[in-house]
Amino acid sequence: MKKESSVINKIFHKNGRAFGSMGYFIILMLIFLIGAPEAWLRPNLHQSVFVMMPTLIFLVIPLVFLVASGEIDLSFASTYALAAYIFSILVKSGIDPAVAILAGVISGAVVGALVGALIVYGRLSSLVASLGVLFLLRGLILVLTESRSITMMDELENHWVYHLLVGNFYGFPMQMIWALAFVIFSYYLFNKHVFGIHIHHVGDNYVSAEQMGINVKAVKIKAFMFVGLGAGIAGIFTTLITYSFFPTQGFGYLLLALAAVFVGGTPYWGGLGTIAGAVFGVGVIAYMEVGVIAVGMSGVWRQFFNGLIILLALLGHRLHGDRVR
Amino acid sequence: MGNIIELKNVTKKFGGITALNKASLHVGAGEIVGLIGDNGAGKSTLIKTLVGVYSPDEGEILIRDRKVSSWTALKAREAGIETVFQDRALCPQQSIVWNIFMGKELTYPFGFVREKEQINEANRLIREIGFTSKLINADSPVGNLSGGERQGVAIARAIYNNAELIILDEPTNALSLNETQKVFDFVKNVKKSNRSVLFIGHNIYHVYDISDRFVVLDRGEVVHQLTKNDVASPEELMKIMRDTIVQH
Repeated sequence: MKKESSVINKIFHKNGRAFGSMGYFIILMLIFLIGAPEAWLRPNLHQSVFVMMPTLIFLVIPLVFLVASGEIDLSFASTYALAAYIFSILVKSGIDPAVAILAGVISGAVVGALVGALIVYGRLSSLVASLGVLFLLRGLILVLTESRSITMMDELENHWVYHLLVGNFYGFPMQMIWALAFVIFSYYLFNKHVFGIHIHHVGDNYVSAEQMGINVKAVKIKAFMFVGLGAGIAGIFTTLITYSFFPTQGFGYLLLALAAVFVGGTPYWGGLGTIAGAVFGVGVIAYMEVGVIAVGMSGVWRQFFNGLIILLALLGHRLHGDRVR
Repeated sequence: MGNIIELKNVTKKFGGITALNKASLHVGAGEIVGLIGDNGAGKSTLIKTLVGVYSPDEGEILIRDRKVSSWTALKAREAGIETVFQDRALCPQQSIVWNIFMGKELTYPFGFVREKEQINEANRLIREIGFTSKLINADSPVGNLSGGERQGVAIARAIYNNAELIILDEPTNALSLNETQKVFDFVKNVKKSNRSVLFIGHNIYHVYDISDRFVVLDRGEVVHQLTKNDVASPEELMKIMRDTIVQH
């Protein structure tokens, strides 16, 4: 039962997992910087990361809430496409893109809440049930679209909402600013708001939480809903950036987003999580995707290094100890 | 000194089994009452009746000398009766302050938490109850605490919830001597603030040390109500218990 007394030690102790993820991010950046300094200093490499990072952030941050509450979700990768699809058909039917965005994001949240309700009231395993929803929704989208993409160049290109969400702000992509705002909001929600605090209690010991009057089911459903909301936002941002919806959209993010949660230092067992850590987790995953090629290696190495870094990160986070009971 | 709660001739049956048979019990303000009895003596039925989980088939319940008609868990909490169960209902990975305010957070509009107020109140509560170590404060994770200290956090939470009577269900179960002493110190501090404690246990030595008065339960009946003056030692208390059980 030792405890450090100085303020710096205290901050470090409390946020050990976040600092750990920051460490991995810095190490990765240094490796790439030493390995390929000329490629690394080119701005277009970072720009391609800046397209990917916000999408991952909108997916990963809500997943931190859900994992901290003791559940997991896989269906978000399909919810992502469903929200983008609803947005796209609305835009194609002549509805203003701003309204269509709202409808798409809300549909994501609704799907999330339904998935949560199914798991909580059906008392299903969240891993298996959300796997089912993942396929179900994706299948539905493939059937409805007959596997065809939708392009919306004309409708979106000059619309104000396009410039507001994914335009350029003095050369800096707007989506990074929105992602940053989302991170700050989520940080306060997770650590200073009743919702986030109840998430911690439910994931830590749901029997205790229930005894003390917390509505465990409602908290879990809200967490699933937040994941659906994040997936909806992510899907729509990507669709805006590329001007197009395609039916397999989002599938590639499934495992990358989950990897970012755990590389970011949120343990799988519930009751703990870190928003700041997850942002660095996203940084590691996003830079890994482009970095391997930037240092001059063949793209076939990418998955190998992704796997390696996940394992090393997990081993590193073990230093923060096991679950306390 | 009036009674906080009084049960008069309470009977509770489950099917054909009589779990409580005309049991009477009262707890006065600022009093520590020890409830003793073997497994199956009806201790947990009695507690659950006290806190309104069970409603008695016969008998009366009086709160501050007034008879209550329908006795529910909600009414029990409103009357200031809080139970600390054996598992303590804590979340070990969270801080002391989050555990004390669990489910009853102080918030601003829109649900953001009044952090400073909560931390000050939590620090005050754990000092009041007798945490002296400078290493422990409101921000410390409960998982870093020993078993006795965790009991203290649960008691502090009961005090925050305006408890007048705190029911401790086997609080020293599986605790070392040192940790048991800590729990006793917490309980004594509760008494100092003129709150009452109903201390349930089957370790006679523990119950004897801490209680002002003893209630002995056997097969659903209250067979003895003794004050500390009546009993000179835990050995004597044990002898009295053994004799009645043999007679029964």
